[in-house]
Amino acid sequence: MSGQTPSQTVGPFFGFALLREGHEVLVSDATAGERIVIEGRVFDGDGAPLNDALIEIWQANAAGRYDHPDDRQEKPLDAAFHGFGRCPTDDSGRFHFRTIRPGPVPGPGNTLQAPHINVTVLARGMLKQLVTRIYFEGEPSNADDPILGLVGEPERRKTLIAKRGNGKNGTYTFDIRLQGPGETVFFDV
Amino acid sequence: MSDPIPYRREEKGAQPPSLYPPYVSTLKRAPRQPLILMPQTLSEVTGPVYGHDKVVPDDSDLTRQHKGEPQGERIVVSGRVLDESGRPVPRTLVEIWQTNAAGRYIHHGDQHSAPLDPNFSGAGRTLTDADGRYKFVTVKPGAYPWRNHPNAWRPAHIHFSLFGPSFLTRLVTQMYFQGDPLIPLDPVYNGIPDKKAAARMVSRFDLEATVPEWALGYCFDIVLRGREATPMEH
Ligand SMILES: [Fe+2]
Repeated sequence: MSGQTPSQTVGPFFGFALLREGHEVLVSDATAGERIVIEGRVFDGDGAPLNDALIEIWQANAAGRYDHPDDRQEKPLDAAFHGFGRCPTDDSGRFHFRTIRPGPVPGPGNTLQAPHINVTVLARGMLKQLVTRIYFEGEPSNADDPILGLVGEPERRKTLIAKRGNGKNGTYTFDIRLQGPGETVFFDV
Repeated sequence: MSDPIPYRREEKGAQPPSLYPPYVSTLKRAPRQPLILMPQTLSEVTGPVYGHDKVVPDDSDLTRQHKGEPQGERIVVSGRVLDESGRPVPRTLVEIWQTNAAGRYIHHGDQHSAPLDPNFSGAGRTLTDADGRYKFVTVKPGAYPWRNHPNAWRPAHIHFSLFGPSFLTRLVTQMYFQGDPLIPLDPVYNGIPDKKAAARMVSRFDLEATVPEWALGYCFDIVLRGREATPMEH
């Protein structure tokens, strides 16, 4: 048995090493599924935007299958979709991803999870990453989602649900509040 | 579909709290609400798997990314990426970044007055081999000042980013150097509650990995979260 290597902050100066152009675009013309844009901002406990955070996402394809050997579902893989994206926040704390709406994936027992995107937040001032999820406003299966159901207070559950953008088709807004009023729900996985 | 075999949870004491007041920036960036404990689903036990095509050999030699050789002490940093059962984590992406020998990042936001080195960028990447081994050639990074408290200096360190086999094996850490007097003063290092666990981040000088008349070798093994049990082969 070996002990885990501890986590340390990503610090402010990761950009030149971790970022590649187009990392926030998960789709190409050949990708199957409904195109969506996720945009949001990251705020600290004072409500100030973080200009040095790194957001990573991981999601299933439109059919609800992950591009990973441990996903043995009999659903199609999409050669034009791998499901991982990375985006740094800009000076106003903004990030965005161009992706597709994921299909539903199995949950614990015989449950089905509502469509969701898995999110990792990394930044200076964070000794370890935080993990959250993006669900979608207006999705009927949210009501039965086994993970959303773990969040007792409805007000807190709302922090996990991306809002439809006003006017813009396929755009969802998902802000991340690290601390204080409207604090985003983070998970211990 | 049966539930996936879960990964072990965070090792208490080995992983830092989000809030650690001596590291002042955590005060406004740590959640105040407790994390919500959740079961590991297919979403967590899967994760990005990188192909070999995206990494080229030059990516792991940080001394050969420019016309000339960088200033400073050339070093070889190598080790293995393992899980908690001691099994190698093969073909996983390892990304590193660091200051140059003078303690300056190439990043535009670094205001430290130490000189930039036109022959050093300080970023590298590689994939582990079938035994979980990786190797980088670089120069020893310098200490640098930061504004956490008066006269605060970060010990020399190399940032490491790893994915491992799943979304929840993701690890971002820092590698330190044995005997650095700044280590016991560093609030980032000291954010790890268990001192023995913190010491896992200190690389070991390794004569075996030292290349005669060329470069000192440092050994840094990295342990990612492992499964509760060996997955059944299908
Ligand atoms: Fe650093």
